[in-house]
Amino acid sequence: MKNFTKIKEQIYRGGFTALAFSSLIFLAGIILLLLKESLPLFRHVGFFDFIFGRAWYPTASVPEWGIFPLIMASFWVTLGALFICVPLGVGSALYIHEIASVRQRVFLKPLIEILASIPSVVYGFFGMVVAAPFLQQAFGLPTGLCALTASIILGIMAIPTVCSLAEDALSCVPDSFREASYAVGANRWQTLMRVVLPAAGSGVSTAIILGMSRAIGETMTVLMVAGGAALVPRSFLEPVRPMTSTIAAEMGEAVMGSLHYNALFSIGLVLFVITFAFNIIAEIVCKRFRLKLGIDR
Amino acid sequence: MKKHISQRIGFGVLWLCMAATLFFLGSIIYFIVVRGAGALSWQFLTDVPRRSMTAGGVAPAIAGTLYLTMGALAFALPLGIACAIYLNEYSPKGSVVNIIRMSINNLAGVPSVVFGLFGLALFVKFFKFGVSILSGSLTLGILVLPLIISAAQEALMAVPQSLREASLALGATHWQTIKRIVLPNALPGILTGAILSIGRIAGETAPILFTAATFYNRGFPKSIFDEAMALPYHIYALMTEGTHPDKQTAIAYGCALILLLLVLAISASAIIIRQRQRRYHA
Repeated sequence: MKNFTKIKEQIYRGGFTALAFSSLIFLAGIILLLLKESLPLFRHVGFFDFIFGRAWYPTASVPEWGIFPLIMASFWVTLGALFICVPLGVGSALYIHEIASVRQRVFLKPLIEILASIPSVVYGFFGMVVAAPFLQQAFGLPTGLCALTASIILGIMAIPTVCSLAEDALSCVPDSFREASYAVGANRWQTLMRVVLPAAGSGVSTAIILGMSRAIGETMTVLMVAGGAALVPRSFLEPVRPMTSTIAAEMGEAVMGSLHYNALFSIGLVLFVITFAFNIIAEIVCKRFRLKLGIDR
Repeated sequence: MKKHISQRIGFGVLWLCMAATLFFLGSIIYFIVVRGAGALSWQFLTDVPRRSMTAGGVAPAIAGTLYLTMGALAFALPLGIACAIYLNEYSPKGSVVNIIRMSINNLAGVPSVVFGLFGLALFVKFFKFGVSILSGSLTLGILVLPLIISAAQEALMAVPQSLREASLALGATHWQTIKRIVLPNALPGILTGAILSIGRIAGETAPILFTAATFYNRGFPKSIFDEAMALPYHIYALMTEGTHPDKQTAIAYGCALILLLLVLAISASAIIIRQRQRRYHA
């Protein structure tokens, strides 16, 4: 009887161990399938021609597979989004942390978190029907669907993410830091800027990197508002076609197993590698932050 | 004196940041609510689309989103809880756990459109499930797995260690302790996490683009191997593939409003419940 219980315990332990590996298996599966489905393309196109090629004409009679314009579009749009989500996200986090009364904080913190759950397609829709016509009129553009609109919408969309993560980082700074600063005569603003924010610096950087990673991988918003011209962008007022929206827009037309299909998976692979790198960097920075403040776990 | 002025200005700037954030996010909600309210009616919620998508309702899209969400949860919830149990109860430290933890974090950062590609290659093509509710649910389930694991872990961690020790001291085995003591105590927290993830799944579009969604169905899907309409995809399709923009934009507003209310209500209730729980434990 005792033996039976022991075996049962072993079975449960084994079962949970096996299931715990599921995330690892899925991650490995994503990498393997992206590789498998994209490799056939590289029998026809060199890797460097693919990354640095300036022409993306997948359906032309002599198709060209250069994704440089798409990569540049992704970076431009993400960079533009950073100009909005970093100051507003970090600024709001500082406000909630330092200025807001307890009553405001109890209200604002969950509110920001709730706003983070607005679906991206709703942002995209808002961009199409409200922001694009408005910007088109304001700047006298031929079309409101351009890199600028996409940047603005993406930036607004990333604010809640950046804000909540940055606020978490700020509240990890021990009160003793702040008290020491007050004791030597600094006021609240000086303490905030020269003690609390630098102490939370790498935590806030993690928030920014994760916000950036979210912006570069965001699909529906850019698909709906970025316009869609596959050209290397020269200004923020031109339509662009980031990597994510290329995949989403063209997969419907691509014949399964064709070169076009393989090329779209290759773009997915490039996108995966970029966001993977961002996440690893975020993790390293985050670990350093926790070590610095002496937080275990 | 100078010190005082710089503090004034600095705090003013932070106040402006907060105000701008609330203004932007508020205006999105405002526009959708005000312009979408006109489209809502009983018929809109319960009827099928009519006259080539210019009239009627969006009931099949609401149903499709419901099926996809339930399917994803049915897959991800048990798996996520099992992962959390292993990480928290069986083996909280060690290099294997670090690898698992890292893969969970990285899975959480994979762009949603890449999940779509993965679902297309694995479920639609390799397993030959086709473009179907099943493929879409599994894809969404994997996407939401990291969220469920971390919510379940937080809930398990909130169960006091003394409860486990008391149970073990009475002679209960490890599994008995988990089943009868730890899980029942962690259940409210786990459920909150599950509700929160519903909000996330219901609004995702990119993963179902190639795995489950279709623009138009005559009626409701009949089996898990059918394609389905879904609210978020319907908004996108109406705006980009629609042939009657004048009438279809109004329908898209209505869909956006339903989706927004649905997602905000779900995540608001989860977040408020979670705050109560945290206060109770603290």
